[in-house]
Amino acid sequence: MIERPGRHRPGRFSEMSDAPSFSLRTGHWFERHLPKIVVLPLFALSLFFVYGFIAWTAYISLTPSGIMPNYELQGFAQYERLWATPRWYVAITNLFVFTSLFIVISMAIGILLAILLDQRVRAEGLIRTIYLYPMALSFIVTGTVWKWILNPGLGIENLVRKAGFEDFTFDWLVNSDYAIYTLVIAAVWQSSGYAMALFLAGLRSVDDEILKAAAVDGASSWKTYTSIVLPILRPVFLSTVIILAHLAIKSFDLVVALTGGGPGYATDMPATFMYAFAFQRSELGVAAASATIMLMTITAIIVPYLYSELRKTGQ
Amino acid sequence: MIKIRKVAAISALGAALLSNSALADGTVEVLHWWTSGGEAKAVGTLKSAFEDQGGTWNDSPIAGGGGDAAMTALRARVVAGNPPTAVQLKGPGIQEWAQQGALNDVQGVAESDNWDAVLPPALAGIMKFDGNYVAAPVNIHRVDWFWANPALLEQAGVTEMPTTWDEFNAAADKLMAAGITPLAHGGQPWQDATVFEDVVLGIGGAEFFRKALVELDQEALTSETMVASFDQLRKLRGYVDPNFPGRDWNLATAMVMRGEAAFQIMGDWAKGEFLAAGKVPGKDFVCAPTPGNGFVLNSDSFTFFKVSGEDNLEGQRVLAGLIMSPEFQKTFNLAKGSIPARTDVPLDEFDMCAQRSHADLIAAIENNSLVPSMAHEMAISRSVRGEFLDLVTEFFNSDMSSEDATRRLAEAVARAM
Amino acid sequence: MRPRTTNGIVRPRTLQSSVLRGLLFLVLGLFCLYYLIPLIVMISTSLKSLTEIREGTLISLPREITFDAWSKAWESACVGVRCDGLKPFMWNSIAMAVPAVLLSTTLGAINGYALTKWRFPGANWIFALILFGAFIPFQVVLLPMARTLGQLGLAGTVPGLILVHTVYGLAFTTLFFRNFFIGVSDGIVKAAQIDGAGFFGIFFKIVLPMSIPAIVVTVIWQFTQIWNDFLFGVAFTIGDSNPVTVALNNVVNTSTGVKEYNVDMAAAIIAALPTMLVYVVAGAYFVRGLSAGSMKG
Repeated sequence: MIERPGRHRPGRFSEMSDAPSFSLRTGHWFERHLPKIVVLPLFALSLFFVYGFIAWTAYISLTPSGIMPNYELQGFAQYERLWATPRWYVAITNLFVFTSLFIVISMAIGILLAILLDQRVRAEGLIRTIYLYPMALSFIVTGTVWKWILNPGLGIENLVRKAGFEDFTFDWLVNSDYAIYTLVIAAVWQSSGYAMALFLAGLRSVDDEILKAAAVDGASSWKTYTSIVLPILRPVFLSTVIILAHLAIKSFDLVVALTGGGPGYATDMPATFMYAFAFQRSELGVAAASATIMLMTITAIIVPYLYSELRKTGQ
Repeated sequence: MIKIRKVAAISALGAALLSNSALADGTVEVLHWWTSGGEAKAVGTLKSAFEDQGGTWNDSPIAGGGGDAAMTALRARVVAGNPPTAVQLKGPGIQEWAQQGALNDVQGVAESDNWDAVLPPALAGIMKFDGNYVAAPVNIHRVDWFWANPALLEQAGVTEMPTTWDEFNAAADKLMAAGITPLAHGGQPWQDATVFEDVVLGIGGAEFFRKALVELDQEALTSETMVASFDQLRKLRGYVDPNFPGRDWNLATAMVMRGEAAFQIMGDWAKGEFLAAGKVPGKDFVCAPTPGNGFVLNSDSFTFFKVSGEDNLEGQRVLAGLIMSPEFQKTFNLAKGSIPARTDVPLDEFDMCAQRSHADLIAAIENNSLVPSMAHEMAISRSVRGEFLDLVTEFFNSDMSSEDATRRLAEAVARAM
Repeated sequence: MRPRTTNGIVRPRTLQSSVLRGLLFLVLGLFCLYYLIPLIVMISTSLKSLTEIREGTLISLPREITFDAWSKAWESACVGVRCDGLKPFMWNSIAMAVPAVLLSTTLGAINGYALTKWRFPGANWIFALILFGAFIPFQVVLLPMARTLGQLGLAGTVPGLILVHTVYGLAFTTLFFRNFFIGVSDGIVKAAQIDGAGFFGIFFKIVLPMSIPAIVVTVIWQFTQIWNDFLFGVAFTIGDSNPVTVALNNVVNTSTGVKEYNVDMAAAIIAALPTMLVYVVAGAYFVRGLSAGSMKG
């Protein structure tokens, strides 16, 4: 009876607007095609600024470009050079570890906090702002603060030891094998509040009537959430995954400010790798090759996900 | 009466303005990354000197990552077709841009002011492309310095500043025995590389330094001397406290200041930290060159980009002349903590570390032991330097053997060339 | 706001529910702590004198409170040769962020609305292609973008920067609105159309007013992204027209100079104030049921 009431079939409507029998002003060619006329220029912008530039990058990866673009084709030498660079392997491994942990933890905290905050909490506005504010701060500086907090000699380890626990160790930041997890801690700190906001906005758009009906049916809160509310929030999951994935893949300020890619280059990520090669080292070709590989990887992961999501929510 | 006087006043003012604009000597837009503290003050002296000559100065400061952000912006500006007039750009980077045809030369100014006679030849070579000056140096920083806390040295019974790495190791062992951290170090790739190149100078001497780190000679890169250098670097790793990774250089300096560590190996900008904290050279801290009897040269310079329009070109000429004037070299370097790039500027007002630096510089020029810094982008292209930094920092942060490091370094350099 | 009679989730108070509520506040409180600790460290550092920072430990509380760092960050810290603090750059950021946010949000809303409520063949494809734009790494876009801006005559100008932010914000704004509208019934739109309303009439009169939650999350996101952007700001503006992030970066980053952590921290908080203000103001619209009445299918 309350099966997925949030789902509608948008398809119906468009069929009607196209149907000639539908009177009113739809008869006008202009009015009928207006939606397309509005969307197409924006779509064209995307095509140029996204796909045009991706094509440019792919092209540059096949050239000997150094300090500036050079348009003479030379084949796959930049890719050979890329895959012969040990640092690149570290960067992509880190990308997978960091992205998956970051997305999963941020989503979990986001959903949890959104549901808790949705319980008519007094001072919700204040708490919500506290959860959200890290997003407002630039990592250029908060990275420094995290560096102090996580530094064994200055921060948590030092405090706990002073409190009497002499053997306490928390040296992830200076440990090549664990430093990547400190990035996760700081990144989750910054972004999980926004995941919370996305879910909260989603929860707030769920119709009261559905919740009422569920209560009348005697469903428990847990059940209401897991079997009714969360499925309705499916598009919100899509937004959140995309947003978080975007943040993870583009993590740059964070890495630069917190670890500087170190110890050594243990916390290097594709974004910092690309930047270092393109602008520090004047190896535009290698940077373009790494960007191309990264985009191909993202495509391989995101496209199937988008495809299944759009099929479910769209048609 | 009053009216007439008013008119006269106005016309006088007008004449003043006119003559002022007639005096106006060009316009410059300067892209640099000296954005705060003593560095910003130093650029400020250049700006006011330029404006005193009647020019217009547009400031484009972009800090971050030792100029990485500024270099990013520079590329965007050049691609978009509106490069800045002058850019804080140094080392082989100047040649790379010159090869792109992106630079203007200021040879006219350089000839009439006779730059060749007053600059160290090694430095002059870096400022030229095709025999013409395309950049003007503002200072000389020395990279191979020990900064030490004399109280700690005394406490551990170290009486002399070390002049070989063996002496340093002996001193460090004494410090260790006394429970003192011998070396304050910040674990960032460029700092690791700074220590590395000072070690190479001490182990192999200036000639070897030049072969391995400047000419990138494969034989030198794979030699036993290189292995010995890595061995010494590994030793230094043992003298560092465990929390060094990611530490900023100034925090390492603070450790020496506060008596938490005895030595720091760093360029002479570290002096600025000591001086800012009110410490006196020779009393609260000691400066001494690292082993090797050489001089590792780092120099900041302004490079002139291809702009057009008489106003901009005149701005470049005036700026070039100004940068190389003895008065500016003196005031700028007093503010920045470095020494003048011109070797003929009297250093009476400078502190003892700067005077030592100057004396050693002259000596190094004479006995050919002046070498450009690899870590500070004076010696090799940015792509090869990047490979050095990657390898050295990985070595410092892992238990890689010196032999492996030597082999992998040579391979990486070959790959990047 | 209309009074809520039932909520379905909040149950009548029992012993069990009070325990649960206590637990609820405990969890919320712990998370508050996690989020607040770095801010506390920042504020405490910003209130210390430089001598105290140099001599003491970095994360201890200040012994003597001084607001010097704040006034310095605001009006006298040196950004290059100009020592006016962050003040002059705030306006640059506002002049850039406000139009860019409004523009990208409006266009995203129209996109989302057209793609869900006026579905035409290929709409899903168009959406997917626009969406993928979210993943393009900005580092590689920089040079072709610079060239494009140069050719459009927009290099180094604020309108150029607004264009860049609008173009790359479109993927996200379209995503937010598309996903919001997909949950909104077509019934209302259909009814309005029968009443004779057109594409834009329905959009402005009916759809937009009901999409407040979507507008809130979109504006928060876009404002944060655009305000905090550094890479585009540094590459596509010149000197005095730099956004505040570039100025902040210039204050904070010194390659071989003395670091003034207290000023850095104060500057960072000042630079973030407008974004936080947006969170507080926009957050007030995070209310259930604003649109519930009109959303029933």
